[in-house]
Amino acid sequence: MEVILENLTKTFPGRGRQRQVVTAVKDVTFRIPDGKLIGLLGPSGCGKSTTLNLISGLIRPTTGSIFFGEDDVTSLPPEHRGIGLVFQNYALYPHLTVKQNILFPLQNLKGKERPSKEEMRKKAFEAARLVQIEDLMDRRPKELSGGQQQRVAIARALVKMPKVLLLDEPLSNLDARLRLQTREEIRRIQRETGITTIFVTHDQEEAMSISDEIVVMHEGVIRQTGRPQEVYDDPASLFVAKFLGSPPINVFEGRIRDGRLLIGEEAVLLAKGVEDQEVTVGIRPEGFVLQEDGPLGCRLNGVEVMGRDISVVSSHPAAQSRTIRSIIASENRVDTASETVRFALLPHKVFLFEKESGNRICCQTERPGE
Amino acid sequence: MEKKRFEPGRLKGWLYLLPAILFLGAFMVYPLVDVFVYSFEEGYNSASQTYLGVGWYNYSYVLHDPYFLQAVKNTLILVAVTVPLSTGLALLISVGLSSIGRLKNLFQTIYFLPYVTNTLAVGLVFMILFKKTAYSDGLINFLITSFGGNAVDFIDGPYWAKMLVLCIYTTWVVLPFKILILTSALASVSQEYYNAARVDGTSKLRIFGRITLPMISPMIFYLVITGFIGAFKAYSDVVALFGTNLNAAEMNTIVGYVYDMLYGDSGGYPSYASAAAILLFVIILTITCVNLLVSKKSVPNEAGGM
Repeated sequence: MEVILENLTKTFPGRGRQRQVVTAVKDVTFRIPDGKLIGLLGPSGCGKSTTLNLISGLIRPTTGSIFFGEDDVTSLPPEHRGIGLVFQNYALYPHLTVKQNILFPLQNLKGKERPSKEEMRKKAFEAARLVQIEDLMDRRPKELSGGQQQRVAIARALVKMPKVLLLDEPLSNLDARLRLQTREEIRRIQRETGITTIFVTHDQEEAMSISDEIVVMHEGVIRQTGRPQEVYDDPASLFVAKFLGSPPINVFEGRIRDGRLLIGEEAVLLAKGVEDQEVTVGIRPEGFVLQEDGPLGCRLNGVEVMGRDISVVSSHPAAQSRTIRSIIASENRVDTASETVRFALLPHKVFLFEKESGNRICCQTERPGE
Repeated sequence: MEKKRFEPGRLKGWLYLLPAILFLGAFMVYPLVDVFVYSFEEGYNSASQTYLGVGWYNYSYVLHDPYFLQAVKNTLILVAVTVPLSTGLALLISVGLSSIGRLKNLFQTIYFLPYVTNTLAVGLVFMILFKKTAYSDGLINFLITSFGGNAVDFIDGPYWAKMLVLCIYTTWVVLPFKILILTSALASVSQEYYNAARVDGTSKLRIFGRITLPMISPMIFYLVITGFIGAFKAYSDVVALFGTNLNAAEMNTIVGYVYDMLYGDSGGYPSYASAAAILLFVIILTITCVNLLVSKKSVPNEAGGM
């Protein structure tokens, strides 16, 4: 089922003395293709959960409309939208067994829609098999681990075969290893069922790793959408560039002078067709290349060996953060006794942004002398 | 040199406990034991502190005393009517309270007023409502007659009318506390459960029966148990309504009977009073044990939201 959001805005009445109206979601327009897994991504308070709740129907938009395929569902209550929703804390009914929890949505059906007892049982077991919890059916939620509870919650959301599956921070309550495992599980379940799935997360790595497409939100506005790699390689703004990637992008104050990009007093790249101006420069950690006569000189703080590659920690007066982290292949040798380290930069890993707005400046950058 | 084994920590602990132990021992444990002893001393004379023998005579006397049987009957009716009624009403009202937005605080205050009102003042209000005087028949009788019925004397009239007033009174007095407990129990059920149920299209009735009720069931059982105990101990409310001569009014309760045996016109019989008190204790203990057993069976031990 294709989901279309059109000019969706949600404001909440303000509290307290000032009573300032809070705009949680601002004019969001987005099309979610059928059968895809979409990650709604952003820092906390960016409106991603509100967007999910708008899609679920638990809250109504102030303006704008929502379509499921051809149908306008904007004013439809959640139970008539055909959605499955998995909550951050799973919201499993603690006094019911796993089986009773999964059966619960089916038992709500009335009249012709209501399956027979035998059918219900079959459907519940199918859903349980899909998430691999068949042997836990008679347990209570308290007797399950976090990951198992998560699966039960997904099974409960899937048992009615929803048209759209919504997951609110599905992995945030799991420990690191379980998170890795469960996110692959979600990917597998989504592939097997083909249900359009939207999940909310603040963890960029999580979103990048399993989504077909990601939607980066900030302050209630969609900042960028696209395939994870595209967004990573081609960020539209400094915010998106900073938000995606681990370790995070390194940000420098820079200038454009006569078609050259200067960081400090060193011309690191050629930037053609850009007016002279102050710029913010973002360099991905993998955009640094060790080179003895490289144009960018940094003070060396240390080297961290991570097996496959090494991470060089250095600092530079023009950098916005205290340390610069660059990742280079482990074949390179870094002279740790030396006080400085010199880098050349890979042009496609270097992004220029307008100093005031943070918007991307599109231009051709080249390594000098090539 | 070996030091003497001495644990100052443990001694200090007992020292801190001492005031409470002394106080409770002198005013709680000793009297309790004493009551138990009294109840077996036959022909006890409080003036000379002598008794004739030890045995079951006091119990036999109390159990054959028509006033005691009347008191037991009254107490049982009171318990059987008011505990389920007040708990049910409190549940209804608190569900109502938690589903309204505006004026919630106002209604909460109104429902809580009886709790902070003096028992005797409340008794006075009930007098105005129910009592027949030379000047008026009371507000309720006024209503009954204006709808064409016959006036009933609720305070000095037939037994059922007096019992009705007592049950209404007791229910009304215990309601606020129960409402308070249940509204906070309802508020502590996470909104996520309701959202999940809404998404699944659960009907209101089913949400209440399958989600809300099981989640607050520990609190309901708590209220039922304390309600039973409270109703069994009823006395001051009865006095507020029917005066101190309860045996004549056929409205005595077990605690009232104990009091009468000690200080009333028929007073001066601490042995009978003790036997009655021990009987009351046994009844309450039995019912509480049954309650706990039932609640263990039917309350999910990990019901959330508490």
